[in-house]
Amino acid sequence: MTSDNRLAGLDKSLLSGREYVGASRIDGPLIYMRNTHPIGFGELVECIDSAGRRRTGQVLDTSTEAVVVQLFEGTSGLTLPGTRMRFMGEPLTLPVSEQMLGRVLNGLGHPRDGGSLPRGEDELDVNGLPINPTAREYPRDFIQTGISVIDGLTTLIQGQKLPIFSGNGLPHNQLAAQIARQAKVLAESQEFAIVFAAMGVKYDVARFFIDSFEESGVLENVALFLSLADDPSIERTITPRTALTLAEHLAFTKGKHVLVIMTDMTNYCESLREISTLRGEIPSRKGYPGYLYSNLAELYERSGKILGRDGSITQLPILTMPNDDIGHPIPDLTGYITEGQIVFDREMHGRGIYPPVNGLPSLSRLMKDGIGEGMTRADHPHLANQLFASYSHVKDVRNLASVIGEEELTSLDHQYLEFGNFFEKKFVSQSFTENRSIEQTLDLGWKALAELPAEELQRVTDEEIEGHYGR
Amino acid sequence: MPQRIVGQVKRVNGPVITIQGITDAMMMELVHVGEQLLVGELVKLDGMEAVVQVYEDATGIAPGDNVYGTGLPLSVELGPGLMGTIYDGIQRPLERLRELGGDFMRRGIGSPSIDRSKLWNFSPSVGIGDMVVPGQPVGVVQENERIGHKILVPPVLTGTGPYTVIEIASEGSFPVEQTICTVEDSGKERQQFSMMQRWPIRVPRPVADRRPLSIPLITGQRVIDMLFPLAKGGTVAIPGGFGTGKTMTQHAIAQWCDADIIVYIGCGERGNEMTDVLREFPHLIDPRTGRSLMERTILIANTSNMPVSAREASIYTGITLAEYYRDQGYHVAVMADSTSRWAEALRELSGRMEEMPAEEGFPAYLPTRIAEFYERAGYMTTLGQQEGSVSIIGAVSPPGGDFSEPVTQHTKRFVRCFWGLDRALASARHYPAISWLDSYSEYVSEVAPWWETQGESSWVESRAEIMELLQREVRLQQIVKLVGPDALPDSQNFILEVCSLFKTAFLQQNAFDDIDRYSTVGKQIRMLQLILSYWHLGSEAISKGVTMVKLRRMKVVQEIARMRFSVSNENLEELDRIALRLERSMSQLGGIYDER
Repeated sequence: MTSDNRLAGLDKSLLSGREYVGASRIDGPLIYMRNTHPIGFGELVECIDSAGRRRTGQVLDTSTEAVVVQLFEGTSGLTLPGTRMRFMGEPLTLPVSEQMLGRVLNGLGHPRDGGSLPRGEDELDVNGLPINPTAREYPRDFIQTGISVIDGLTTLIQGQKLPIFSGNGLPHNQLAAQIARQAKVLAESQEFAIVFAAMGVKYDVARFFIDSFEESGVLENVALFLSLADDPSIERTITPRTALTLAEHLAFTKGKHVLVIMTDMTNYCESLREISTLRGEIPSRKGYPGYLYSNLAELYERSGKILGRDGSITQLPILTMPNDDIGHPIPDLTGYITEGQIVFDREMHGRGIYPPVNGLPSLSRLMKDGIGEGMTRADHPHLANQLFASYSHVKDVRNLASVIGEEELTSLDHQYLEFGNFFEKKFVSQSFTENRSIEQTLDLGWKALAELPAEELQRVTDEEIEGHYGR
Repeated sequence: MPQRIVGQVKRVNGPVITIQGITDAMMMELVHVGEQLLVGELVKLDGMEAVVQVYEDATGIAPGDNVYGTGLPLSVELGPGLMGTIYDGIQRPLERLRELGGDFMRRGIGSPSIDRSKLWNFSPSVGIGDMVVPGQPVGVVQENERIGHKILVPPVLTGTGPYTVIEIASEGSFPVEQTICTVEDSGKERQQFSMMQRWPIRVPRPVADRRPLSIPLITGQRVIDMLFPLAKGGTVAIPGGFGTGKTMTQHAIAQWCDADIIVYIGCGERGNEMTDVLREFPHLIDPRTGRSLMERTILIANTSNMPVSAREASIYTGITLAEYYRDQGYHVAVMADSTSRWAEALRELSGRMEEMPAEEGFPAYLPTRIAEFYERAGYMTTLGQQEGSVSIIGAVSPPGGDFSEPVTQHTKRFVRCFWGLDRALASARHYPAISWLDSYSEYVSEVAPWWETQGESSWVESRAEIMELLQREVRLQQIVKLVGPDALPDSQNFILEVCSLFKTAFLQQNAFDDIDRYSTVGKQIRMLQLILSYWHLGSEAISKGVTMVKLRRMKVVQEIARMRFSVSNENLEELDRIALRLERSMSQLGGIYDER
């Protein structure tokens, strides 16, 4: 056996920080290096080019023959002999502090706004650690977003991860901004913060969010991690991790309620695919790597509440479904991890409905324990159920009407059409600035149901009909 | 710690580590990697090299790090103290890990699966000089108020039988590792054992014989028990896209089914869902025993963000625990949620080992693995001549809800019951969203004799009749879609009416309603008969010229529609009264007609 056996007995910490010159291969964001000391998997790497510019990287694969490093800031300008690599002997960490609120940072947590690097109170591994399932607290605090279709039908709960499945050109950014602006927990006023991670989005989109936070006067409570469309695509793979690392610090150490908005998850997954392809890994569906599910889960599962700690992390990832296909691997795997989804509908958008949320495929899995008596209102669970059931019948009636013509419908079916119109135009539809209380939302739901005869309402109790129907 | 070095790390690629300089490593041996002693399993040997999959995050492992062998395959610990515990995929007790390492899962922390210091009160059931066979109980420990935990002679002993007990502990309290029994084989060789045993997770525990399946596993869920029954010892797959209610269905069955013991495997699922089970089950009361449901439940939680190789192992860990209780003569139901995550873990690991993929990147041995897993179910005669069963209820999460993908297709080959979840039903909030068209059960004829012994011999015919109506409804709905319901004569419209009533009043079941969440067999069959009797009497009335509108307006129809909420399991005479009122109302309808 050669060098590595002699080195095996050495204390590895003595070797960390060693610098090597000369790479053997550069391929996209990946650098291959030979003849190094044994490098730990996942180690932090500092790369210095011939001009003295520093870049950050991470070890992707390590063996006795070669080390593969991915550079988050791209490899352009590097030469094989001129590349110097310093292996730091520790995982990639982020210095975290409350001072990062109000700042604009890049995907690695370095300032983008010209300011100096915030002094960290703590250095945390950006990959985080899984929360022990026994340490979790089951989320059940209702967040009022002021948006009827969400509050009424797909209720957001503190500590939930609820993605928006959208498409190109649909107003998902507006909705996310509106939620960030209006979100409030009914119980008491609590310290909150927003962590915003942008992956491969355009500058205008980032600007829109910054302006929107500024207008509502919350900008000093927002930390922005921007990795824009013209930044190296590899940086996108680390951006949500740094953002979530800060979020965990704010939530579980500082006791804040943190809302994490991540946009656009599709770009994140594309970057993963890019690296995977470069490394020649065996692809699974549509060329995405086989570990896409585990990888996404590592992000999405970094939300929730912990017993005995005050804060919470609520995630609102946004993803644009390629070709509006909900069966595409990205929305599909996301839906299997997140606790529900808010699904946009292009056809509703075309009819001028904002937010164009299609209630039927949308779902909030944590809703059942966060609504009802003492939380929202006693009639909420049955009302939501009834609205879903009736609205799903509307779709059938519309299909029938398109075949046989509206005139041929029974009078009951006409009532369903009326209900459907009221539901979409008055209940779902609201303006970008409208903030409805949960009472207003539920009353509006009953108004929609008033378009239907009482005997059609099988999901609500007689007392609820007595108390709310037709009032 | 183990000091036997089996080799050094050569390459680290995520959870797959290549080691070199192999000396005497064994296939499927449990190893510890690096100075952090990460738990791993040796999955491939090739000359001087081997491949290890590690069950923890491999960050920091470098080439040249030592790999230590334990000389044992990856095993679980079996003994008193399993019940009510929550484990991760390789049977580390999560609550204990939290005490040791805090709220987050740190690496390299370990703890015995079974508490070594706790004392259990053992009462022997054999005496000195008795002959015993492997797998036979020698005594019992009351694990909790509900479970009498039988201490078994290890299923594999060295030497040849017959074995004679030469020492047995008298009644008293012992820790699990203390020797409680010594046996002697025919060659006078002595062997000792304690209340705790180990068993490798990838090897099925031996049994004496497989028995035919004939007893249904009653779940309290009407659509299952009445239309698509599962037999004790049977296997079923629940496929469904996300949001169609797989987990809800699994929870409902775990809560209410009449198995003695539940092993719930959360394989690559959401952390909050496991928390839900953890927080909810201790408060739920089993309607049959009046005891907390947690007393019969073991949870295996390997959430989606925990290491992928532990996810692959979690399924085997769970089924081995189930087999252990089966060998004590219990009926065990295993919930695996979800087997797709397990298959994907296989795919991920296989990809990292650079194996040649078959369909959609899955390894070619996927069907073999699925078959091996489901074959560990069954209704058995144990080595100790008792009867016990393991039933497997496996959720499948097909990508895009498309049932033609490899995991669903291969699973279908090896299960005999299929509860297909339908997205359209779920969208309409029809729960459980089990499709009556896609689903099937091969156990119908096998469990029919059981229904006869329950005095409900009409079940087979009633079931066949309602299934036929549902099939006819599909054809009629196609017509309605084209021409509208008015084009159908009342006799056919009435089929739609009855089926719609059957769906809302019978097939839907509200898991959050105190009365509706669980129906006894008696309530289920009476409800079904009531709806069929509405069908019979109604068709007769229509044939006599009564219009359907009149039938629909009968007050008793509303009562039938709400009976799942209004009639409790203890109050079944109320259903008989509704049946009487139905007959009376129908005869009155007839009366009006006669007078006209």
